[in-house]
Amino acid sequence: MDSDDEFNSSQVSEDEFMQDSDVDLVDDDSDFDMDQDDVGFETQDKDIKPSKQAYEVDFKVFDPEQIQQTQDKQITDVSAILGQPPEATAILLRHLRWNKERLIDKYMEDQDGILESAGLGESATHNPPKIIRVKGFVCDICCEDGPELDTFAMKCGHRFCVGCYRQYLYTKIKDEGEAARIRCPGDGCNRVVDSKSLDLLVAEDLRDRYQELLTRTYVDDKENLRWCPAPNCVYAVECGVKDKELKRIVPTVHCECGHYFCFGCSLNDHQPAPCALVKKWLKKCEDDSETANWISANTKECPKCHSTIEKNGGCNHMTCRKCRHEFCWMCMGVWSEHGTSWYNCNRYEEKSGSEARDAQAKSRQSLERYLHYYNRYANHEQSAKLDKDIYLKTEKKMQQLQNTTGMSWIEVQFLDTASQALQQCRQTLKWTYAFAYYLARNNLTEIFEDNQKDLEMAVENLSEMFEKPIDQLKGLKVDMMDKTAYCNKRRIILLNDTAENLKQGNWEFNVSMS
Amino acid sequence: MALPKRIIKETERLMAEPVQGISAIPHEENLRHFDVVIFGPSQSPYEGGVFKAELFLPEDYPMAPPKVRFLTKIYHPNIDRLGRICLDVLKSNWSPALQIRTILLSIQALLGAPNPDDPLANDVAQQWKEDQNKAIATAKEWTEKYAKP
Repeated sequence: MDSDDEFNSSQVSEDEFMQDSDVDLVDDDSDFDMDQDDVGFETQDKDIKPSKQAYEVDFKVFDPEQIQQTQDKQITDVSAILGQPPEATAILLRHLRWNKERLIDKYMEDQDGILESAGLGESATHNPPKIIRVKGFVCDICCEDGPELDTFAMKCGHRFCVGCYRQYLYTKIKDEGEAARIRCPGDGCNRVVDSKSLDLLVAEDLRDRYQELLTRTYVDDKENLRWCPAPNCVYAVECGVKDKELKRIVPTVHCECGHYFCFGCSLNDHQPAPCALVKKWLKKCEDDSETANWISANTKECPKCHSTIEKNGGCNHMTCRKCRHEFCWMCMGVWSEHGTSWYNCNRYEEKSGSEARDAQAKSRQSLERYLHYYNRYANHEQSAKLDKDIYLKTEKKMQQLQNTTGMSWIEVQFLDTASQALQQCRQTLKWTYAFAYYLARNNLTEIFEDNQKDLEMAVENLSEMFEKPIDQLKGLKVDMMDKTAYCNKRRIILLNDTAENLKQGNWEFNVSMS
Repeated sequence: MALPKRIIKETERLMAEPVQGISAIPHEENLRHFDVVIFGPSQSPYEGGVFKAELFLPEDYPMAPPKVRFLTKIYHPNIDRLGRICLDVLKSNWSPALQIRTILLSIQALLGAPNPDDPLANDVAQQWKEDQNKAIATAKEWTEKYAKP
């Protein structure tokens, strides 16, 4: 009976959101209630749908009001099932992180236990607490007394004057940012202040803040909801992709505010690279990059202990500070084989020297490899910024173009579209290099690199056109629109290829994904 | 600024009916600042010791807890070498219904029951867990050395 009820409820709220959201909503069975155990069926269904690209995931964007409505709806539903007033039900739901099923089970099993642990004390009656005056009352907090003093207590009976209660709630909400678990001010009392009591006591501005904090904990508590990380964005995104699926899916979502981000890790869109690789890559870049560049250009390694050595003067007879190994800086061979021909190494072909150079070459090679990918990664990052600068300049010229050539506003929008495509493709390209760094060499990788090359060429071609003087832009319009479309197409091809192979586990990485 | 009624009442009561083994006397120039003396509880390594502390009631007291700090050196896993105290009622479990009196009693109780599982002074807590007898001996030694009147 419970599950029927629940099914209907999620259907209804779904329809509500369908109406006023212009995001492409294709899933009919998105699980509102976060059933943690059934993973897989939903995503498989999604694969069959032809309308969606392989690299896309289903998601929904909620504004604060919708989040509020969803909460209220669940509270009303569960309230009816449990026969508890809504404000107590809200506390119970929050206590079990909005897991409706578990709450109902636990409630049926051990009603008093769950009420106690949620901070609701003995079973709540339908007689809500009121503000009253009590004869002979002295407030334990401010020590005031008198017959005029308004007092308040929740069901726990810890009575304080309204002024102190209010001040207490104010401190908790404003200063400490607490909402879901504000306890009774009484010493050692675990009873949680419910929203009804709060409404009775505090002013409207504080109530708004309280609701805001509650909504925040709601989104934080729900595994399938996440705040958009863009600055000042108020939206939250719902997506069914679970943590354990992140090795197979890169769930990029697109907020109403325009921000693209990864639902798995909240970082900016990093398709095609999966979260685990992104984390590794960013850490590596933080540790190495610039330092690695310098090391590669200016140092060699001791052939024996591999300490990094910078030669800042003196002769070629090197003595490693660390292991005391003596060698020749030129050929890296053992010094003892050099005899007395100091300052002039003519022993290039010596065996010990060539072995040492081999070993050195190997370690340098791995560094070179990293730098190859890093430089391209950083380059796209940089270029995306430059493209944006050029666009901002172009925007002014778009205005001039309209004035001088008589083109209409709508006719110059192709520049905007092209610029956005560039940014997006650069973002993708950037991460293809991080992805490629961790790929093992095989046929799939070759195909990947071809795709990468195609996209890169398309992007560079389009980017080049942005640098053309403004008077030529009008004539380039059609060409530019074609190139924009081509870029977008190449990007989709690349992302689909990587996403499909990721889903099927076809990629071989040279690191472990955990 | 006028002193809130609550603080006046509390101070009056502290003077009129002091808690056994504890004294708290406000400074004349700042009535929110108290000189505190706590006697080491019997059957603890601090027995016979007289521990000085200072207590300050912040602006938003009693919504915020009082600030308490030991001035006498003490060897205790929940008190660090600056005299700061790790005690739940002074932090997350503070309730505005608690008072100076109850807080000082809690601190006295903490002396009687050290809790090395929730340490502030890590080295002391470590010692306490590894070799309790030796730690107690050190605590007695410190009491003898620093906390004698």
